[in-house]
Amino acid sequence: MDHLDQLEARSIFILREAYRRIRPLGMLWSIGKDSTALLWLARKAFVGRIPFPVSLLDTEMEFPEVYAFRDDLIAAWDLDYRNALCPPESAVDQTLAPAGRAAARKTEGLKALIAREKWRGVILGIRRDEQATRAKDRIFSPRAADGSWNFADQPPEFWDYYQTDVPDGAHLRIHPLLHWTEIDIWRYTRRENIPYCSLYLAQNGKRYRSLGEKNITLPIDSDAATIDAIIAELASTSAPERAGRTMDHESEDAFERLRQGGYM
Amino acid sequence: MRTFPVVFTGHVDHGKSTLVSRLLLDTGYFPDGRLAELEAAAQRRGVPLEISFLLDSFQVERDQAVTIDATRIWFTSATRQYAIIDAPGHREFVRHMVSGAADALAAVVVVDAVEGVGEQTRRHALLLPLVGVTRAVVAINKMDAVGFDAARYRQIADDVRAVFSQTGLELSAAVPTVARDGDNVATRSLRMNWYTGPFLLEALEALDERAAVRAPLRFPVHDVYRREDERILVGNLDGGRVSAGMTLFFSPTRDRARVSRIVRFPESGQPAEAGEAFGFTLDHPIFVGPGDIASEPNEAPHVAESIDATIFWLDRAPLDVGEHVRMRCGTRDVTVVLDAIRGVIDIETFDEAAAMMLQRNDIARVTLRGLQPLVVDTHPAKLARFALYRGDAVGGGGIVRAVVTERGVKRRSSPEVESRAPGVRAADRVRRNHHRGLVVWLTGLPGAGKSTLAAHVEAALFADGWSTYVLDGDTLRGGLNGDLGFLPPDRLESARRAGEVAALFADAGSIALVAQVSPLIEGRALARTAAPHAFLEIYVRADLATCEARDTKGQYRRARDGAIENFTGISAPYEEPPSPDLIIDTTHTDIQTCTRKLLSLVRAAARS
Repeated sequence: MDHLDQLEARSIFILREAYRRIRPLGMLWSIGKDSTALLWLARKAFVGRIPFPVSLLDTEMEFPEVYAFRDDLIAAWDLDYRNALCPPESAVDQTLAPAGRAAARKTEGLKALIAREKWRGVILGIRRDEQATRAKDRIFSPRAADGSWNFADQPPEFWDYYQTDVPDGAHLRIHPLLHWTEIDIWRYTRRENIPYCSLYLAQNGKRYRSLGEKNITLPIDSDAATIDAIIAELASTSAPERAGRTMDHESEDAFERLRQGGYM
Repeated sequence: MRTFPVVFTGHVDHGKSTLVSRLLLDTGYFPDGRLAELEAAAQRRGVPLEISFLLDSFQVERDQAVTIDATRIWFTSATRQYAIIDAPGHREFVRHMVSGAADALAAVVVVDAVEGVGEQTRRHALLLPLVGVTRAVVAINKMDAVGFDAARYRQIADDVRAVFSQTGLELSAAVPTVARDGDNVATRSLRMNWYTGPFLLEALEALDERAAVRAPLRFPVHDVYRREDERILVGNLDGGRVSAGMTLFFSPTRDRARVSRIVRFPESGQPAEAGEAFGFTLDHPIFVGPGDIASEPNEAPHVAESIDATIFWLDRAPLDVGEHVRMRCGTRDVTVVLDAIRGVIDIETFDEAAAMMLQRNDIARVTLRGLQPLVVDTHPAKLARFALYRGDAVGGGGIVRAVVTERGVKRRSSPEVESRAPGVRAADRVRRNHHRGLVVWLTGLPGAGKSTLAAHVEAALFADGWSTYVLDGDTLRGGLNGDLGFLPPDRLESARRAGEVAALFADAGSIALVAQVSPLIEGRALARTAAPHAFLEIYVRADLATCEARDTKGQYRRARDGAIENFTGISAPYEEPPSPDLIIDTTHTDIQTCTRKLLSLVRAAARS
């Protein structure tokens, strides 16, 4: 068992634990590298067939390459895909900056999705090393009926024992990749030969390190045109992963407030 | 590259977050821009930049300069990657410390040079070995505040050593530090030349990844998946190796079967190593389900009725002697009773004091008794570690020290006979019925709607071609249970008999719907033991006023008049299920919705 084997075994346990204890259950798939690796882990956990629906919080603002990649994988992996169209930009607070508006649309979209599907649990591909407030989250993280996160009063979690139920109306966010790092994801993607969106690879000296909406996501300078080059680049960089995601940076606690309000 | 997880703990304000931040800063961890971002923010708010702001990510943590919850951060030294778990030190946040420390291979305990060993230091020294961390590096911090005094350092190091020796924690090194300025953190301090030991990073680098001791084969069955007529047992292997052809022994059922095939996606076949998540099929069907433990036949875990354990209690509401909670050990859930508190450990003296309840953050030696068989190993094995649940919430956890009484298990049918005999097998029944047999046990106050709900579910299943039958408590009282009264021993016996009969129906392939008040937790647990892998406990909940207003059989009125004695809800207690598989609230929900809810659970369970 090497490092990636250990990460994989733990994630599979978490996925199976969620499926055993929490119904109805669903998964968010942002089409990015993390949640795609998570889909692959779910195929492993459930021996080839993912037994719950997967959804994209669709702002209709993803890159065309992202939509194309999604459609290919739905067919190839026979996914129970349910699109979750987010409310239009006109329906959210107009005083927010553009990135904040996109986040608000997704937060509302997620609320509506959970209400529509009556999900008691929703699986997400967030990681602790992405962002400081995510570092403090739980693997099974309860959310109140309005989606809000009470970070000051989180349940204990030890030895693979989790809080696996919530009162009616509330839900659990399940984070099977919380203990992975960005470079772990790429090394695993390479080892398992998991497909990923071509936008992660450099073209004309630019590549996307983190994929969000096309109007609020910036590429980084990079010549990494292969997965090996991406891994080499990450091993030497000290720039943060989400630097190209403008929603995190509009104020000091921008991301914290987004997450308290129910963002992923 | 493997990751070496280290938990940082210490008394509140002893400088733990500052130490972690300094270590990261001096090893070049922080991304470009992070320090500048925080400097700008501190300037905007007119406060000096604290290094710990780098870690305390919540606004309120920065405002109040406290750490609210454990965080994790990764950094790479010259030799390996570390996962640093920064756990808060406040007394009320011990649960976060436990949450963080359970993953760690070693600890760094921060002690303030002025204040010395504090209550939290002692509590953490007690908790760390309990959650599995056996060695610690101690940082004696804020040495500048004691004038870099070597005598003060030695005194505190001796105090720490004394505390650790009482709790069984190994002291790997005691390092004098000034975290704020970086003395002896990632580099050697020039201000304490009297100290010749390792600086903090050196001390961490000297900790080896201990080779795991040989652990016996343990496969806690996590779930059973059905794929094209195969039943695949899935789980994570805690020790040993599993390959096709080997015979496994299952506890608590004491059944044996041979592994037919190792199952993985996308490729099956290779033997499975310790730590792996995988699945396998068996050569013949036996009663096995989530929570059973597979082992080698000659090295099985204990099947216990009661155990001696050390537990930590984390819930705000105390745990009383006699209270029922749910114990999860491996993948197995069992309702347990806190039979006795042998002693609550005093944090100052480490003496044990008698008590009738456990308060939040108490650490105690206790006796727990399972209402169903407990399958455990003893500390330090992995299957000695358990969590205690009250309702939805994790209330505490602990380790099994010793087995007090072993438990014999009665056997319904012998798998050897089943595999040889030409008769009808369970799998044959499933193939014909397209569902497996289940006991669906409806419990609740008289008048809560159990019989009505059972009848609706029965009708719906029957219409779909399922095999199903209702066993109604009142009907059973007319015959099978006709010799029983309403005092607790009779109620237990009544539940036991109904459970046995229902289990036979389930064994025959039917969905047996039992509608019985069954007011005692212990009675329902007895019923469950007859069909441990095919039992759903449904709490049909309605408040007493609603039931009394309905009074469909006029019983409440007669109970109020005193014409009926020991009537549940009026003159006899009803013990709510601590962790039912489903709660159906009939006070506010109409019968159609209730029926739909229960049907969806039954259908899912019968096809799993």
